[in-house]
Amino acid sequence: MITENFTDTVLYFIELLLGGLTRGSIYALIALGYTMVYGIIELINFAHGEIYMLGAFTALIISGIMTMYGYAGISVFFTAMLVAVLYSSAYGYTLEKIAYKPLRNAPRLSPLISAIGMSIFLQNYVMLAQTSDFMPFPSLIPDFECLALIDYMIGGPELVILITTVFVMICLTFLIKYTRIGKAMRATAQDKQMAMLVGIDINRMISATFIIGSALAAIAGVLIATHIGQINFYIGFIAGIKAFTAAVLGGIGSIPGAVLGGVVLGLTESFATGYVSSDYEDVFAFALLVLILIIRPSGLIGRNEMQKV
Amino acid sequence: MNYIVKILAILFLPVFSGYALADTINLGVAGAHSGDLASYGLPSVKAAELVVDDINAKGGVLGKKVLIWAEDDACKPELATNTATRLVSKGVHVVMGHICSGATKAALGIYKDMNIVTMSPSATNPDLTQSGNYPNFYRTIASDDAQARLEVDFALNTLKITKIAVIHDKGDYGKGLATFAKKFIEQSGKAKVVLYEGITPGAVDYSAVIRKIKRSKAGAVIFGGYHPEASKLVSGIRKKRMNTIFISDDGVKDDTFIKVAKKYAEGVYATGPKDVSHNPMTIRATKDHQKKYGKDPGAFFLNAYSATLALLNAINKAGSTKYESIRMSLNNDFVDTPLGKIRFDKNGDAEGVGFSMYQVKNGKYVELKE
Repeated sequence: MITENFTDTVLYFIELLLGGLTRGSIYALIALGYTMVYGIIELINFAHGEIYMLGAFTALIISGIMTMYGYAGISVFFTAMLVAVLYSSAYGYTLEKIAYKPLRNAPRLSPLISAIGMSIFLQNYVMLAQTSDFMPFPSLIPDFECLALIDYMIGGPELVILITTVFVMICLTFLIKYTRIGKAMRATAQDKQMAMLVGIDINRMISATFIIGSALAAIAGVLIATHIGQINFYIGFIAGIKAFTAAVLGGIGSIPGAVLGGVVLGLTESFATGYVSSDYEDVFAFALLVLILIIRPSGLIGRNEMQKV
Repeated sequence: MNYIVKILAILFLPVFSGYALADTINLGVAGAHSGDLASYGLPSVKAAELVVDDINAKGGVLGKKVLIWAEDDACKPELATNTATRLVSKGVHVVMGHICSGATKAALGIYKDMNIVTMSPSATNPDLTQSGNYPNFYRTIASDDAQARLEVDFALNTLKITKIAVIHDKGDYGKGLATFAKKFIEQSGKAKVVLYEGITPGAVDYSAVIRKIKRSKAGAVIFGGYHPEASKLVSGIRKKRMNTIFISDDGVKDDTFIKVAKKYAEGVYATGPKDVSHNPMTIRATKDHQKKYGKDPGAFFLNAYSATLALLNAINKAGSTKYESIRMSLNNDFVDTPLGKIRFDKNGDAEGVGFSMYQVKNGKYVELKE
C-alpha cells in the first residue's frame, strides 16, 4: 500500500466519496418521510421502514407479473414504481387512521408505542403473507451506456438514486414553501388549534403528510431494492433505524436537514470503512451522532424549538 | 491417576450387576441419552444397535458376540467422568462416544489411562485431535475448523492464490471460520492476508468494503458468513468489474444464494457437507432404522453408524482387542461406511469425511471432485 501512487490514492478517495454519497442518498430518501411526519405531528413514525418494505414488495410482485406477460425494460420500472407508490400511500393513509388518529390527544408516548406495534405487525404480516426468505429483486434500472467508462465508480442505479434524492428534496421544499397545501401544512405544524380556527382541515393535512411520506418511502424502497437486488420482510427495520438516525442528525422536522443528515451519515460510514475498518463502521456513525447532538442538540440545521406551553 | 482408576475399577466391579463376560466384545456407547441434548445422543445408540445386530447375525467379531453397554452422560463434563469410570469397570474394549465436545474431553483422560480407544460421532472441537493429548481419540465428524482448512487449502494449492482478503459477518459462525482461515493462511506462509474485516449484516450496501478489496489487490475473498451478505458482496464485486475469486462456507452453499445473486453467483466456490445420500450403505442404514424404529434417523446417526463400523472392523482386522493393534488398524485399514471409504490420520480425524468444495456452474452447486 506504500507503493501506491498518487492517482490511485485520489481515485480511491473519489470512489469512497461516491459510495458514501449513494449510501447517504439512500438514507436521505427514507429519512425524508420520517422528518415530514415528525414535522407535522411530532410523532416518530416507526412503521415508516415497514412502508418502505411494502413498497419494495409491491414492486417485486408487479414486475414479476409484468415480466410474465412479456413486458420488459423501463416500462416495467415505471409501472412497478407507480403501483408501489399508490399502494404504499394507501397503507400510510390507513396506518394513520387506524393507529395514530385515535391517539392524537393521548400522551406523546402512546402513539409512539402504537407506531412500534404497527411496525411489528406489518413485518410479521409480510412474513406470513409472502415469505421469510430473501427474494431476488430484478434490476429494473439498466446500466446506462454513457456510464460504461466509469461504472466501476458509479453505476446506473446509484446515479438514479442520487438524482432522485436531490429532485425529491427540491420538489418537497417547493411544495412546502410555495403551495397552498404546503402553507396549510406548515400552519398545522405550528399550531393545530389556530390552524383549525382559520379554516384549515387539519385531519386532511395530516393525512396528506402521511400519503406524501409513504409515497417517498415507496420510491426509496423500489430504488434501493433494485440497487441491492434482494429483499425480505426485515429490510425496513435496519434501513429505518439508519434513516431515523440521519433525520435526527440533520435536525428532525427539517427537509434539507434530513438530506444533509443522510449524506453526512453515509459519508462517515464510507470513509470509516475505507480508511479505518468496517468493523468500526457503526461505531463512527453513532459517535458522530452523539457528538453532533452534544454540540447542536436540535441537529445540524434543526431549528431550536421553543417548548410549546 | 492410572492406578487410582484401576483400583477404583476393581472396587466398583462387584457393585454393578452385569459385568462383561470374557467371551464377548464389549462396545461402550456413551453420550447424552437423557436431558436437553438427548436428541443428539440417542440416535448414536440406535446406530450402534443396528450395526451390532448386523454383525452378530453374521457371526460377530473374532468369533465372539458384540455386546453394547450404553451409558448416559447428559452432555455434562462432570457426569462424563463417572460415565467413563462405569464403562471401564464393565470392561469395555472400545467406546463409541461421547457426544458433546466438553463431555468427551472430560472422559478422554480416563480412557487414555486405561488404554481404551474412543471414537466420537459428533465432538467437533478442533483441540481434541489436534492437541495430540489424546492418542486414543478418533472421530467420524469433521472438526470445527475443517471448512476453513478446506477453503484455505483450495485457495493456496488448487487456485495458487498469493493474496487473500478474509471477510466475515461478525457473527459466531462467520467470524469463527474467518479466524481459522486467517490462521491457516499465515501458518502456510504461501500467501498473505491482505485484508481482514467484519461487515455489518443487513447494511444497505458494501461498496466501501468492496473498494477496499479492490485496493488490496486480493486474488480471492474468503468469506465467513451467510448467503444474504455473500450475495450482496458478490454482486457488488462483479458490478465493479472485478474478477476476484469468491470462496465461502456452507452458510452460502444454499440455493437461495444462487436465486438471489443470479448471474453473479456463477463461479463462486463454497464448502458444504459431502453428499453421501447416494451411498448404498447410507440408503441401507436409513432403511434399517425405519424398519426397526419406525421413523427417520436423528442427528449424527450416520457418523455414529460409521464409528461403530470402524471400531468393530479395526478389532476384526487387528485380530485382537489390544490397544495398539486397534490403533494401528484404524490408521491403516480402510473401512466401508455410509460416509465413504475411510481411515484415520495420525491425529485421529477421519480422512475424507466432512466437507467438499462446491462451485456454482450454470446456476447449480456442483461438487468438485479432486
